[in-house]
Amino acid sequence: MSEKQITGSEALMRSLISEGVDTIFGYPGGAIMPVFDALYDYKKQLRHVLVRHEQGATHAAQGYARVSGRTGVVLITSGPGATNTITGVADAMIDSTPIVVIAGQVTSSLLGTDAFQEIDLVGITQPVTKWAYQIRSAEDVAWAVARAFHIASTGRPGPVVLDFAKDAQINRIEYRPQKVTHIRSYIPVPEPDESAIAEAARIINGAKKPLALVGQGVIIGNVEKELLAFLNKADIPAGSTILGLSALPSDEPLNVGMLGMHGNIAPNLKTNECDVLIAIGMRFDDRVTGDLKTYARQARIIHFDIDPSEINKNVKTTVAVLGDAKETLAAVTRLLKENRHTEWRDSFKPLYDTEMERVVKSELYPVEGPVKMGELVNRVTEATGNDAIMVTDVGQNQMMAVRYFKYNRTRSVVTSGGLGTMGFGLPAAIGAKIGAPDRTVCLFVGDGGLQMTVQELGTIMQSGVEVKIILMNNSYLGMVRQWQELFHGKRYSETPMLNPDFVKIAEAYRIPGRKVTERADLDAAIAEMLDVKGSYLLEVVVEKKGMVYPMTPAGTCVTNIMLGDE
Amino acid sequence: MENKTLYTITVFSENTVGLLNQITIIFTRRRLNIETLSVSPSAIEGIHKFTITAFSDPDTVEKVVKQIDKRVGIIKAYCNVNEGLVHQEIAMYKVATDRLLQLGSIEDIVSRYNAHVVEMTGDFTVFSKTGHYADTQAMFKELSERVGVLQFVRSGRVAITREKVERLSDMLAVMEEKVKRDQLPDQ
Repeated sequence: MSEKQITGSEALMRSLISEGVDTIFGYPGGAIMPVFDALYDYKKQLRHVLVRHEQGATHAAQGYARVSGRTGVVLITSGPGATNTITGVADAMIDSTPIVVIAGQVTSSLLGTDAFQEIDLVGITQPVTKWAYQIRSAEDVAWAVARAFHIASTGRPGPVVLDFAKDAQINRIEYRPQKVTHIRSYIPVPEPDESAIAEAARIINGAKKPLALVGQGVIIGNVEKELLAFLNKADIPAGSTILGLSALPSDEPLNVGMLGMHGNIAPNLKTNECDVLIAIGMRFDDRVTGDLKTYARQARIIHFDIDPSEINKNVKTTVAVLGDAKETLAAVTRLLKENRHTEWRDSFKPLYDTEMERVVKSELYPVEGPVKMGELVNRVTEATGNDAIMVTDVGQNQMMAVRYFKYNRTRSVVTSGGLGTMGFGLPAAIGAKIGAPDRTVCLFVGDGGLQMTVQELGTIMQSGVEVKIILMNNSYLGMVRQWQELFHGKRYSETPMLNPDFVKIAEAYRIPGRKVTERADLDAAIAEMLDVKGSYLLEVVVEKKGMVYPMTPAGTCVTNIMLGDE
Repeated sequence: MENKTLYTITVFSENTVGLLNQITIIFTRRRLNIETLSVSPSAIEGIHKFTITAFSDPDTVEKVVKQIDKRVGIIKAYCNVNEGLVHQEIAMYKVATDRLLQLGSIEDIVSRYNAHVVEMTGDFTVFSKTGHYADTQAMFKELSERVGVLQFVRSGRVAITREKVERLSDMLAVMEEKVKRDQLPDQ
């Protein structure tokens, strides 16, 4: 055996380092032990964050990837370790988040025999990954890792799973680093079509009432500057999907707010009034469009996307501009004439006033009664100077956070959009802090969601990661309760929660915390949370039966907006 | 099946493990039933060709084709209706030789259906026939009624487009051009 030969496990370490990886979220187990053994010698180059459940590792990797733009890495064992990652992998798929999950697998001679902790991970994950591959020999490691990072991070990003057989981890090979920059059967960025660019510009130049819809593609593609130049030149107001939030600063005058079921009145109503709708890196999710039969029927639709399969998937487009929006949007902008749409833009104003008067005021500035969720979000965002990263769980906490948190810079929102994964928040916040160590990370989480991944408080304790946890406790599964109130005759089936003492739980993990029930104590508690060095749990007892408004009931027209005061 | 057309979806792919599953799950998600499926190496070494037929509406089949096309490992996917294709299936029929001989002349059946005798023994005779579904089915019907069919098998459809250009070779040429332009080695 040559001196130069190294094990497949060590080859994995070197391959990860050659891809620029410095952080791994993981959990050891039988079928991945050789890799963890190799990791022991690479601790200086590769920081390993030990989570408390493999699902947490995937969400942490997602949080890391979303704030940093880098690929998140997960290292876990076979069988249950691998199946525990499926939720995070699926979440990363639907939200286009680049992560690479490396799972142990039984030794290759045992494959297919129902060996201990064997599962067909490639088979299980094919529907929810960009690529899933089984590494059966140590020679394959460098190639597979290079390919995995190329696929996960390019084009429309997504999760890749590497299923690493134990003998391939142990066998020795001559290691040669590899780079993959081209795969014959994979076209990450379609060639832009000049005629589509010209046609898009022509239509936008003729528009009287243009409206842009900003999606996460703008953030993923680092298109924020080009977007702003585009909007400014032709004076186009822009609404944002949840995942597109923070691509435009909250105080940008052309930013007209959030789209969708709990979005702002103005951009939703104006969707059905505009003459040209310009979708940029968004996918017309049903939570944005409502009933497609009544969605923007009056408008010509221009769709910028990197993924050809998104074109005409939900909404028929007039012009599809395929390619990297960083190029295509800039190309369209060059063809635009300077324009002003003062009257059109002014027509948004009364709708803000309506929303402010009928929804926002009572939510953000109540003078009596229990603390409101929106009020809490607003006080936190103000206390952070609108400069923090906001991570949310799923449900009312999420909708209130995305409605009322404000942003100065991009990549400030980490939330589970497409899959709507409860339990996402806490581990994602840990990953977000590691991905953006210089920023404050505020997690908004409900009492239900926190208990789904509460074990990750152990990860915070052991890794020393600093997360500001703002727990909105209403002792209900609030969003389900809201739907029960509105659509199921107030039959609160299995939504009331008998909860533990959360501050004590945090304390058990050496995380300081405080429970607030009175409005008067709120500001001081928030200040304390932000002043403390390290993590903090701020539990706020909020209105038990709070409602998130505005609300467009699922599957109805975007203009069918309930304000809750009728 | 009302208002649905039979589409033929052609897929060129790398020859790697698990690609068939990646293709079929896209049909499964939309509850499209695969009518026929044929997989074989294409004329280009290392590239496999899938020919899949399914009843669908144009909107759904377009989305399915795009979602297949975007999978890593898939080189190109496209679809056609029957009018755009020359297509064939092959069927084989096993009948008892003694009962067949009671018919008198077997040349009549062979010539009317443009079939072939693949193998004939004292016990059984195997015919093969290529053609469209209706043709192979008609022969099955006649043999069943007059002789009785011991075994019958029909392949999935194979098809060639009526267009002048061979889409895949064009695509590969474009891709190779791009690789050269980027000065990057194909892996």
